Amino acid sequence: MARHRNVRNRSYSDDYDYDDVYGHSVEEDNCLSPSDTSQWMYDRSRNHQAISSFLENHNDIQEETEEEPLTEPSRPELDRRQSSDLRCLSLTEADEAKLLSCLDELRNILGDTVSENMLIQTVLSHKFDFNKALDALLSNDKNKPKQTEKIKEQSRAPPLVRIEPAKTVINVDKTPKVIATNNEPTTVGVIKGFKVEQDGSSGSRPQTPRDQSPTTEKSNQAPSKVKEKNDPNKQYSNERGSDKDHLYIVVIGHVDAGKSTLMGRLLCELGEVSQRTLHKYEQESKKIGKQSFMYAWVLDETGEERVRGITMDVGRAQFETKTKKVIILDAPGHADFIPNMITGAGQADVALLVVDATRGEFESGFELGGQTREHALLVRSLGISQLAVAVNKLDTTNWSEDRFNEIVTKLKIFLKQAGFKDSDITYVPCSGLTGENLVKPPNELELCKWYKGPCLLDVIDRCNVPVRPVSKPLRMSINDIFKSTGTGFCVAGRIENGILNKGDKVLVCPIKELAEVKGISINDLASNVAFAGDQVSVTLSGVDMQNVSVGNVLSDPVQQVPVSSRFEARLVVFNVKVPITKGYPILIHHQSLVESANIVKLKALLNKSTGEILKKKPRCLGNNSVAVVDIEVCRPICIERYKDVKELGRVMLRVAGVTIAAGLITDIYDT
Amino acid sequence: MKLIYKNIEKDGCGSIGLVPEESEDMWHAYNLIAEGDAVTASTVRKVQTESSTGSSTSNRVRTTLTIRVESIDFDTQACVLRLKGRNIEENQYVKMGAYHTLDLEQNRKFILQKVLWDSVALDRVEAACDPTATADVAAVVMQEGLAHVCLITPSMTLVRSKIDVTIPRKRKGFVQQHEKGLNKFYDAVMQGILRHIDFNIVKCVILASPGFVKDQFFDYMMQQAIKTDNKLLIENKGKFLLVKASSGFKHSLKEVLQEPSVMAKISDTKAASEVKLLESFYTMLQLEPAKAFYGKKHVEKANEALALETLMISDKLFRCQDISKRKEYVALVDSARENGCDVRIFSSMHVSGEQLDQLTGIAAILRFPMPELEDSDLEGDSDVESD
Repeated sequence: MARHRNVRNRSYSDDYDYDDVYGHSVEEDNCLSPSDTSQWMYDRSRNHQAISSFLENHNDIQEETEEEPLTEPSRPELDRRQSSDLRCLSLTEADEAKLLSCLDELRNILGDTVSENMLIQTVLSHKFDFNKALDALLSNDKNKPKQTEKIKEQSRAPPLVRIEPAKTVINVDKTPKVIATNNEPTTVGVIKGFKVEQDGSSGSRPQTPRDQSPTTEKSNQAPSKVKEKNDPNKQYSNERGSDKDHLYIVVIGHVDAGKSTLMGRLLCELGEVSQRTLHKYEQESKKIGKQSFMYAWVLDETGEERVRGITMDVGRAQFETKTKKVIILDAPGHADFIPNMITGAGQADVALLVVDATRGEFESGFELGGQTREHALLVRSLGISQLAVAVNKLDTTNWSEDRFNEIVTKLKIFLKQAGFKDSDITYVPCSGLTGENLVKPPNELELCKWYKGPCLLDVIDRCNVPVRPVSKPLRMSINDIFKSTGTGFCVAGRIENGILNKGDKVLVCPIKELAEVKGISINDLASNVAFAGDQVSVTLSGVDMQNVSVGNVLSDPVQQVPVSSRFEARLVVFNVKVPITKGYPILIHHQSLVESANIVKLKALLNKSTGEILKKKPRCLGNNSVAVVDIEVCRPICIERYKDVKELGRVMLRVAGVTIAAGLITDIYDT
Repeated sequence: MKLIYKNIEKDGCGSIGLVPEESEDMWHAYNLIAEGDAVTASTVRKVQTESSTGSSTSNRVRTTLTIRVESIDFDTQACVLRLKGRNIEENQYVKMGAYHTLDLEQNRKFILQKVLWDSVALDRVEAACDPTATADVAAVVMQEGLAHVCLITPSMTLVRSKIDVTIPRKRKGFVQQHEKGLNKFYDAVMQGILRHIDFNIVKCVILASPGFVKDQFFDYMMQQAIKTDNKLLIENKGKFLLVKASSGFKHSLKEVLQEPSVMAKISDTKAASEVKLLESFYTMLQLEPAKAFYGKKHVEKANEALALETLMISDKLFRCQDISKRKEYVALVDSARENGCDVRIFSSMHVSGEQLDQLTGIAAILRFPMPELEDSDLEGDSDVESD
C-alpha cells in the first residue's frame, strides 16, 4: 500500500509528467536492482522505442499475467500515441502519408467514436481506400453491441486516454506555450485511475513488480475510466436522466412593464416564498408608500433597488413545473442596465417578454428607443428563439380582447422582423399584481369569455429544453466572482459546453492559469458534477482572486479556448443614428464581458438575404445592413468561432447606451 | 507657453524661442518639433575629465547644447518630452557629433530652429501662446466596477487613473458582499479624485455614469468628506456636475462633452467643439453620404474640386516621420484655407481625435455632394491607410 500513500501525499498541483509516476513507483517502493529495473521499466529517455514496440518484444511476459485475459489484444497500448502506431507498423513513407490523410478524413466524419487503432487497421486492410474503410467502420459500429462486454469496453476505452493526438499536435504548432499543459489530462487520467483502484480491487491485487509494469496498469485502468469519466453523454443521462430538465428563462421587457412583480407573484402562487416573508415585504413596502412593489421585492433584494423601485441587476429564483425545473433570471428593464440584461439573457434558454397593456405604456415601450424593442432584438441576437409574451396589466383595460389583439398584432409584425418564428411565440394575457392567469386558468369572467389558451405556467412548461452539448470541451464563462464561506473563492457562470467534475483542472483564460475545481454548486446545492447548460458556482483554488475578472472563461486545459484581441465578424446593423465607419469606437458585449473595442476594417457589405458581396470595402455601414468587419478589442479576450461554440461566438455592439449591431464571429486572428 | 522671439526669414527658415509654462505646453512642443530640427536648450550632462596623471573624474555640469533632433519621445502621463540627437554646436564640454538627450523642462527657454516653418507649425505656436484658451475640467466616467479619472485640457485628455474593481453581483443572502464591493469601489474612485485633481486649477468636475452610480457615488463621497472632515471636498462641492453617460469606458467622454449642461460650463474648450464637429460629420454621412468623405485620396479629390467646407485633420499626421508626407498634408491644409474652408486640427489626445485617427486621420464635410467620388474605387489607397 506504500505506493498508494505515495500518491495520496503527492501535491496534485505540480505539473508532473505521466512517465514520472511509473518511474517513481517502481524505483522507490520495490527496491529492485538497476538491472531488474531496466528489464521491467519503460524509460523514454533511455529507450527511444515506443511503448507498443517495447511491449511486443515482451509479448510472452504479458501472457504470463493471470489477470490478463489471453484474448485481449494489445490495442489499447497502441492507441496511446499516434507515433507508436505508425512506427510499429513499419510502413514506407508514402504509405504512411496515405494512412495519415485517410485517418484525418475518417476523423472528420467519425469524430472520436472509433479508436485510432481501429481506424488504422481498417485503413490498412482496405489498402488506404478511404471510402471502403469508412463503410467497413460504419458497418462494424453497428455490429459492435453484439460483441462481448469486455471487448466493447476495450475498444471504447482508448479514446478516453488518447487525447486526440492529431488535434493536440496542431495546438502545439500554433501556440508553443501550450506544451506544458498538454500533459495535464494524462496526469489527471492517471490519478483518476489510482483512485478507482483504491476503492475497488486494489486490495486483492498482488504487489508484484510485474503488475506495476505499464502494461497491466493500463489495461486495468482503462475500463474503469470509461464508467468514471469519459463518456459525458452517458454520465449526463445517468445523472440527469431521471431528473426534471433544467430550463433557464430570462424575463425581459420595458421598464415598469411589471417583470419583477409578475415573477414575484408567480413564485408566491407556487409557494416558493413563505407567507412570513411576504407579509414582511408587504409591511415594509407600505411603509415607504410603494405597496404595489411588494411582489417585486421577492426578486429585488438590494436596498437601492427597493428604494428606487426598479430592478438593477439580474435577480434569480427557481421553481418547478410539472416537467421542468425552471430558473428565472429577472432582467432589469431600465435602459441604463442593459449590460446586466445582456449578461442575464446570455445564460438563458428561452425568454419571457413582458409588455404593459396599459394604454400609452405599451406604446412608449414599443416605439423607437423603447426597451421592448431593444430587448427582443437582443435576446434574438443572443440566440434565443423561443419566446413567451406575457401581456401584463390587462386588468387595467378591463380584460379587453381588442386591446390584447391590438398588442399581439403589433408585436407579431415586429417579432417576425426580429427573426422569431411565429410558431415559437406564445401570447398570454395576465396580470401580475392580481395574479390572474399565472398558475391557474383565469377566474375573471371578462377574460374567460374570450381566452381559452393556457396559463403562464403551462406556457413555460411547454418550452423545449435545447440539447446540451455535454460532449464538447469545457467552456464556462464567468459572470460573477465572490468570496465564499470556506477557503478559496467562487466564480459563478454558465457552462456552455462540456462537463465539469469536482477535482478537475481548468484553465482560466485569457490569463491562462491553471486552477483546480474544489467544489461545484448548482442553484445553491452542492454537486459533484455539472453539465453544459447549468448555472453553477465553482470554488476554485490555485489562482488569485485578483487575477480573475468577470468575462473570463474556464476552459479545458487541452482544448483551450482561443484568446485573441482581433477577430472578424459578420454584423447585422440595427437602427443606428450615425453610420458605422472605420475606427468607430464601440463597446462589445460578449457573454458577461464588456470591453471597449474599435471597428478597424470594413471588409464587405453583404446582401441581407443571399449573403453575397454587394460592395467590397464600403465607406460606411448604414441602417439594417449586413457586413463583414474586423474588430479589435483593447485587450485580449476569449472568443470562439460561431461555428465551433455558438454561445461564445456571438457579440453585441453598443454605442452610447444603444445596441447598434449584433455579430457572429467568423474568424479569429492570432495576436 | 511664452514666445520669447520669432526670427523667420522670407523663405520660411528661422528660429523661435519659447518658454513652456505648464505640462500642456510640452504637448505643443511635441507637435512642433520634428526630426531634423535643431533645438537649443539648457541641460545637465555628465562630463568625464582626465587629469594629467591619467586618473579620471566625472562631474555633472549644466550647459546649453544645440542638437539636431533624431528621435522624439513623449510621455503622455508625465508630460515629459525627450529629444535625442547629435550635438551640432561647439561646446566646452561636449564634442561635436556626440549624442545627447535633451529633457525639455518647464520654465526653461528653448530655441527651435526649423528649415521650414509652415503654416501649421506657426498656427500651433500661436495657439500654444494664447493664454485665454486654458480651461481645465476634470471628468470621472464610471460604471459599477470601472472608472476613469480624466483631466481635460484644451488640447489633451489625460487619463489620470483607471479603477477596475470586480464587484460581486447581488445574490440571495449575499447582498452585503455586493454592497461592500461597491463601497470599496467608491472609496477607490474618491481616492483617485483626491490624488489627481487639483481643485485650485480645475473649474469643474464632471461625474458621469449610467444609472444611479454617479448619484450614489456623490452621496458616498460627501458623506465620507463630512465624516473625515475633508474641507477640500466640502468647499468644492459646487464644482461637481452630475451627467449621464452610457458606460465607464473612456470614449463615453464624448457623450459627456456633448451634454448641454457641460457645454455651458466649459464653453469653447477645444475638446467639446471637436466632438461636436465629428458628430456633425457622422450625421452628414448618414443623411447625405455624398457630402462627407474620409481618407486622404477622397479628401484631396474633393479639395481639387474646391468642395471642402470643413476639414478635420488629426495632428498625428503632422508628426509623421516622413517629411515629404508632412509637406503634402500642409499643402492640403493651406490650399483648403485659401479656398475658404474651415480647417480644424484635432488633437489626437482627445477622444474625438482618437476616433479621427482611426478614421484615417482626415475627414471632410463638403459644400456640395460629389457622388462621383463615392463611386470611384480607391481600393489600393484604403488598403495602405488601414495597415
